[in-house]
Amino acid sequence: MFRTALRNVLAHKGRLLMTALAVMLGTAFVAGTMVFSDTFGSALKNSYSKDFGNFSVQVADSGAGNDTRTADLTGSAAPHLSTGTVGQIAALPGVARAVGVVDGFTAVADKSGKALGQGRDSRGSNYAPATNGQDPRYPMAAGRGPQHTGEIALDRATADKGGYRVGDTVRVAINGPARSTTLTGIFTSDSPQVSSGNPLVLFDTASAQQLLLTPGQFDRIEVTGAAGTSQQALQDEVVKVLPDAGSITVKTAQQLQDQEKADLDGALSGMRTMLLAFAGISLFVGIFIIANTFTMLIAQRTRELALLRAIGASRRQVTGSVLVEALLIGVLASVAGLLAGVGIGAGLQSLMGSLAGADTPSGPLIVGPATVVAALVTGVLVTVVSAVLPALRASRIPPVAAMSSGELPSTQKGLLVRNSVGAMVAGGGLALILWGSSAGSNGKWLVAGGAVAALIGTFVLIPLLSRPLIALVGPLLGRLFGVSGKLARQNAVRNPRRTAATAAALTIGLTLVSALTVLGASVNGVLDRAVTDTMKADYAVELSHGLSVSPEITAQVARTPGVTASSALTGSYFEVAGQKRAVSGIDAAAADQVLHVKLTAGSTAALGQGRLLVNDQVAKEKALTVGSTVPAVFPDGSTGTLTVGGVFAENHLVNPLLMSNEALVRHGAAPSTDVVLVKGAGGESSALHQALVDAGGDNPLIKVDSKQDLRDQFSSQIAFALNMMYGLLAMSVLVAILGVVNTMAMSVFERKREIGMLRAIGLNRSGVKRMVRLESVVISLFGAVLGLGLGCFLAWAVNGTLRNDLTGLTTVLPFGKLALFLGLAGLVGLVAAIWPSRRAAKLDILDSIKAA
Amino acid sequence: MTTTTATAVGTGRAAARATGLSKVYGAGETRVVALDDVSVEFHQGEFTAIMGPSGSGKSTLMHCMAGLDTVSAGSATIGEVELVGLRDKQLTQLRRDRIGFVFQAFNLLPTLTALENITLPMDIAGRKVDKAWLDSVVDTVGLSGRLSHRPAQLSGGQQQRVACARALAGRPEIIFADEPTGNLDSRSGAEILGFLRNSVRELGQTVVMVTHDAVAASYADRVVFLADGRIVDQLAAPTADSVLDRMRRFDAKGRTN
Repeated sequence: MFRTALRNVLAHKGRLLMTALAVMLGTAFVAGTMVFSDTFGSALKNSYSKDFGNFSVQVADSGAGNDTRTADLTGSAAPHLSTGTVGQIAALPGVARAVGVVDGFTAVADKSGKALGQGRDSRGSNYAPATNGQDPRYPMAAGRGPQHTGEIALDRATADKGGYRVGDTVRVAINGPARSTTLTGIFTSDSPQVSSGNPLVLFDTASAQQLLLTPGQFDRIEVTGAAGTSQQALQDEVVKVLPDAGSITVKTAQQLQDQEKADLDGALSGMRTMLLAFAGISLFVGIFIIANTFTMLIAQRTRELALLRAIGASRRQVTGSVLVEALLIGVLASVAGLLAGVGIGAGLQSLMGSLAGADTPSGPLIVGPATVVAALVTGVLVTVVSAVLPALRASRIPPVAAMSSGELPSTQKGLLVRNSVGAMVAGGGLALILWGSSAGSNGKWLVAGGAVAALIGTFVLIPLLSRPLIALVGPLLGRLFGVSGKLARQNAVRNPRRTAATAAALTIGLTLVSALTVLGASVNGVLDRAVTDTMKADYAVELSHGLSVSPEITAQVARTPGVTASSALTGSYFEVAGQKRAVSGIDAAAADQVLHVKLTAGSTAALGQGRLLVNDQVAKEKALTVGSTVPAVFPDGSTGTLTVGGVFAENHLVNPLLMSNEALVRHGAAPSTDVVLVKGAGGESSALHQALVDAGGDNPLIKVDSKQDLRDQFSSQIAFALNMMYGLLAMSVLVAILGVVNTMAMSVFERKREIGMLRAIGLNRSGVKRMVRLESVVISLFGAVLGLGLGCFLAWAVNGTLRNDLTGLTTVLPFGKLALFLGLAGLVGLVAAIWPSRRAAKLDILDSIKAA
Repeated sequence: MTTTTATAVGTGRAAARATGLSKVYGAGETRVVALDDVSVEFHQGEFTAIMGPSGSGKSTLMHCMAGLDTVSAGSATIGEVELVGLRDKQLTQLRRDRIGFVFQAFNLLPTLTALENITLPMDIAGRKVDKAWLDSVVDTVGLSGRLSHRPAQLSGGQQQRVACARALAGRPEIIFADEPTGNLDSRSGAEILGFLRNSVRELGQTVVMVTHDAVAASYADRVVFLADGRIVDQLAAPTADSVLDRMRRFDAKGRTN
């Protein structure tokens, strides 16, 4: 039987091509994902693993620094790392050297004022000379280390990129105006972060503390053990002096390295899982096509298979031969897919490189054994499993079928069972979705489960749905395209199962695409309204990478001519009503001019009295009204009560709790400024915009955004996320196209005689072509319409579960985009039919009429 | 043996004519001459049968004259139109507008109802259906009650009657029927042949039928005999016996040759 299977594969090369391609694309996706994540992961590890070779134990203080927005300021009561601490540790037995390190974001501008390096990986630190006046961590290639305020050293790559030499003036910026500094030295470092191209600026320790942290404090202390002291022993020594408690952690280099690795693996496995999920979708789509192909091949070979049975082959042998055929294709296609996947992995890597610039880490291409095994096993399994049902059906062909002549009646086995099952599953799914959607955020799992059931149910029901849905477009097709249109429509519903399997492949992709699109549009709508409804200011001044804006810039903005009102919008974090909460701060005097807070009780004037405003949700939760008091533990460690001065409707710009900046400072908070809101005398103007940019003092990170800019930012973020999803789903759509090509090719082959007759009685070639093309378009559109419907419904249901988290969320249907998808689906049908329709038109009339 | 030009026994002008028609397949050692310099005329209002043993070229002759196949040499005309040299588009239009077909294997579209199958050629052409004519055709073939049935719901004889009605409905200049009774039992076959003869007698239709069945041929006004790609004889007002008799003679001749 093996030889029969082999012969069959060879004999039907053309018809199996699409199946093989579908399997190949799926496995290529799987392999590509794994190759890419392995390669990218190893490169990332090289780039991000900090240099742990320089010290044995590290004491870190996560409470130090103003680098993060939501710094836990209650930690300020706890001990921090000071010069004294460093001395204390240095004096411990077994310690060779203890260095206090300050580390924070620092941007370096090139000569034209643009930031060198990208993202938050541009760092600044302190140059800590040992007794010999040199810092062994940073050997100087030229010049000397920075010793005074206004002096810096740069790593060699950055200095080269910026064209700087020792003695040049270099502008650096943290979160305030840019500073002019003198470059005193250029150093080399084997730290992986520097060697992967991220700028590193060194200050003298006092300046670094002042600029990046708080005078007298360190982020961490790197402790080097004396010869013969193990990391573990050293850690024990250090912990005696400085307990591993609060925001202080004491870790050995080994522990840090292990943790780093675990963190990276965690992050990478998340990315890998997501990509593999999309690969899974493509493979799932592939199942429909493979099953469809084998069903058709077996239908065409009925007589042949019956002959095998008639001359003595057992059922098992017939099933076996079909499965072996599938196995052969699976193996061939998977190997091809694996090779293509390695190519995809390499391509993705260089794509990342070109998209993100020199910043992306690079490294050798890694094809692990797991990749090879996973790609081959999935490819082969998917193919064989998809062929199981057709193979079983093949074994049920009675031997007598070999003797019957002429057309075998197509088995119109009742779809009754199928339809009942489908209706039950789909109905159950819909019920679950509706239930989950009305249950709010608790209903997420109900909606997810319901969505899966509804999808499966719909797929089961597609054959039933095909007739009425396609009949809807019937009159239109007939009127527009005459006989070709009419025949196309009828051909499309001729074999409901096949049409269903073909359309389902497209339905999957379009369901996901349209659900994501509707969700994106809905969320976009909320954010859009959030900006319009909550921001009265004309401009928002902030720093990129989420850095807090320094008080100098805030003050400079307030002094800028043409500004009538401005206020820093700040964030603090302390205990209110028994729970640590984020509290927004706004200048009481400017609040009404820059912010639109809709009060349901009380007034914004209460801010000026040092009172607390809460949003309606907190008010409801804690049963607060105007005049209620809540206990609070302030950032300076003191306790007290706050009086509620008003209740406002949910506002996306501010936290649920809002106070005045003045009151916050009074209570010892050192709030970080997220954004400075500015109201101009004459509204938005390019002059004001430029003046505000200037207020940033040449800081290369300054961003001055109008309301429209903010809206555009939100929508471009959403658009980016959507585009990425579209890209990943494109693969499954591609597989679906192969399915349409396959089905149309098979249909043309099976209907050879009809096509011959139509040609004989006077349908010309273009008429035949049009007939095939239209059928393909009708099937594609049918799949697309189902997908769009399901997708919109799903998005609506998901919105229901999100409504509590995102107030004001309503389902927005982006009709333009949905229509575009429908149009694209039609195009898919046209493209898929190019080759089958050409074949149909070229058929020889006489051969076709005589074809059995 | 001399080339016989089969001339009409009936009256009127030629609906279709072949002059020196040759059809050669392959080349070199695999060269097969299917038609060898055949000249024949099919007259308007005449029911002609083309007979001959398997491989005699009778189907090829029909295909060439109906514009379904190309010719190697000679000429074939439908009415005044020369088929040789026509492009596919023109041939398709000619078949659509001037020729009707009845095939051995019925060749109906399973997705269309009987009525839709009958009007298919007009639909393709975008022509209006002549209602009165259609009714009379449907009546003639006796399908009135079954027009909304699909082919799968009809018997073989009924399906072939639909095919006949389809050929007649467009009032073509000539109908070519290729073994129309080949797949039918004798009773259904007799009915079909009756319709074809009636369409000639009563509606003035021109019909050319290829068959190897002497009984079927006996329904025709004239039988043209083909053997080895040549026309070897013809017989007017045939009966089953006279046709069989002629056939036997060719057979004997073939063996003695």
